[in-house]
Amino acid sequence: MANGTTDQALHPSEAEGVAREPLVLNNRSFSWITERICGIVENRQPLGWWFLFIPSVLLAGVLIGTLVYLVSTGVGVWGNNQPVAWGWAIVNFVFWIGIGHAGTLISAILFLTRQKWRTSVNRSAEAMTLFAVVCAGIFPGFHVGRFWMVWFLAPVPNANAIWQNFKSPLLWDVFAVSTYFTVSVIFWYIGLIPDLATLRDRARTKVRKVLYGFFALGWRGGNRQWQHYEMAYLLLAALSTPLVLSVHSVVSFDFATSVVPGWHTTIFPPYFVAGAIFGGFAMVLTLMLPCRLIYGLQDMFTMKHIDNMAKIILLTGTIVGYAYIMELFISYYGANKYESDAFYLRILAGPYRYYYYCMFFCNVIAPQIFWFEKARKNLWIVFIVANFVNAGMWFERFVIIPTSISVDFLPAQWGIYHPSITEKLMFLGTFGLFMTLFLLFLRFLPVIAIAEVKGVLPQADPHYHDWKKIKEGRRGPGFPRPGSPDPSDVK
Amino acid sequence: MSTTATSTKQPFGFVAEFESATDLYHAAEKVRDAGFKRWDVHTPFPVHGMDHAMGMRKSWLSGVVLGGGLTGFLTALVLQFFTQVNLYPTVVQGKPTNLNTVPAFFPVTFELTILFSAFATLFGLLIFLFLPRWNHPLFESGLFKKFSDDGFLLVIESKDPKFRAEKTREFLESIGAKAIELVEG
Repeated sequence: MANGTTDQALHPSEAEGVAREPLVLNNRSFSWITERICGIVENRQPLGWWFLFIPSVLLAGVLIGTLVYLVSTGVGVWGNNQPVAWGWAIVNFVFWIGIGHAGTLISAILFLTRQKWRTSVNRSAEAMTLFAVVCAGIFPGFHVGRFWMVWFLAPVPNANAIWQNFKSPLLWDVFAVSTYFTVSVIFWYIGLIPDLATLRDRARTKVRKVLYGFFALGWRGGNRQWQHYEMAYLLLAALSTPLVLSVHSVVSFDFATSVVPGWHTTIFPPYFVAGAIFGGFAMVLTLMLPCRLIYGLQDMFTMKHIDNMAKIILLTGTIVGYAYIMELFISYYGANKYESDAFYLRILAGPYRYYYYCMFFCNVIAPQIFWFEKARKNLWIVFIVANFVNAGMWFERFVIIPTSISVDFLPAQWGIYHPSITEKLMFLGTFGLFMTLFLLFLRFLPVIAIAEVKGVLPQADPHYHDWKKIKEGRRGPGFPRPGSPDPSDVK
Repeated sequence: MSTTATSTKQPFGFVAEFESATDLYHAAEKVRDAGFKRWDVHTPFPVHGMDHAMGMRKSWLSGVVLGGGLTGFLTALVLQFFTQVNLYPTVVQGKPTNLNTVPAFFPVTFELTILFSAFATLFGLLIFLFLPRWNHPLFESGLFKKFSDDGFLLVIESKDPKFRAEKTREFLESIGAKAIELVEG
């Protein structure tokens, strides 16, 4: 600071030493952002897209094949039976539904807490949420046995005059997951409207004009529209915040409200929610690290974003680690024979103990490397750790679900569970479906929220040029940040 | 584009482009102070503080959403208690349906409250915005297309009681418009 205290027009946040990294690098203009993001949708896809798309579609075909086999033959094609009635199907359900949580966390909770870096990530994370919930929904749907009777889950009058048991956690789950999916679709679509209008106005072919125009609903970007739009967005964020925390809590009630040793714990809801956010962020990074390189989005999806997400993974991973250790401690301290036996078998003597070790390493130990800034800045390390977390979260669900029910109260009810090849192929197939949907999303919709990223550029601040004039007059050029007050208010 | 409209058809209004968000913000303040009523600014993103510059009040969409939430809340209570008490009483897990078991009904009540609120937000928003409306006179304007890229536009409609073809154009020039286009109605 050359003339320090005499510069009264200087906004406090402008003081040297507290300056933050810009959210969009290299002083990009509004039209650069439009061009770069719309270009992904408008130009031919790079070869890498096809290399991923074709195997994904084939894998999705495997999923459809296994489902047809399952329905035409019966659920006996799966390996689950008494006592382990909830095998991979429920493990995979909880795995996929958990992945979705990062999308809603980014779009809703980070919006309410005014974390502006979310703007570059939220669109793809929300898309990931929807596709993960689609994959999740397949498993319990088919796990009911007779898929064509799934509509009995919905509270509609039927010929048998039977109504659902609303006191059952399984029914709570139906409501939680279907509400979560619906609200996420609404949130995602409302966020897309201005960007669809951008694509509509740039469309050169008739088909694009009609389709993007149809879904843009005739958006005109007037402030009299933005006013209500922003309110709607804020309200949806406020609605989604408790919703996302409730969904995995309700999923955990499926276990926590039972009397099975290893499931009957009050720590489950917060532990499941932290684990879901943890696994979800890992999946966002897994998808977006290659994506930002392939499509050249480094200026908008910066190292700062990756750094922030790595820190969230570290935080939630540590919470999950705390929960694992607390579970063990309570089983010891609670002095419940069945509970302590369940955990003794889980970690030391049971047939599934290696799953526990994998889980513990992937979820608790691997992310600890993110304490080091160098590790957070190395994309290979970030990518590998993210994939450890993806795997670790699947192991966690396996450790919780089949391990607990394979050892019931009486030794006569003990049994080991082996998944069948159909189950394995089906799980693999959901990855195909997930990737197919995500790649189609990359192909046809803007991967980054164009309007939102424009809004966090410094020149988006209506007082930007006023500040610039003042600063140029007094002490050379400078750049105020969005949200800085009107210079006439600072006296 | 001539401002002395020879056709008998009334034009839709003027579209004026401004250099930056700052210019548009100050222009909006002047249009507001000049007493125009039927006008709007069109921007690629919501400009912070523009509601104030345009003299607009808070959006009451939140009221609609509150209504939606209450409807969801009551729907959930009626759905659960009517079916559990009157239509098909199930006493499982040792839990009858009475005041003592109310906590078991919280999750579904919560979820339906959120679900109905979200639908109220979506449909309330569309009603407040008069959307979908796929056709609009502004879409005929070449200049207007820039709003979704990097254009900062101000539109004054001819229906505004203060609208006078020549004077309004001069007014827009005086507040710093860099391009002005007359849009046919």
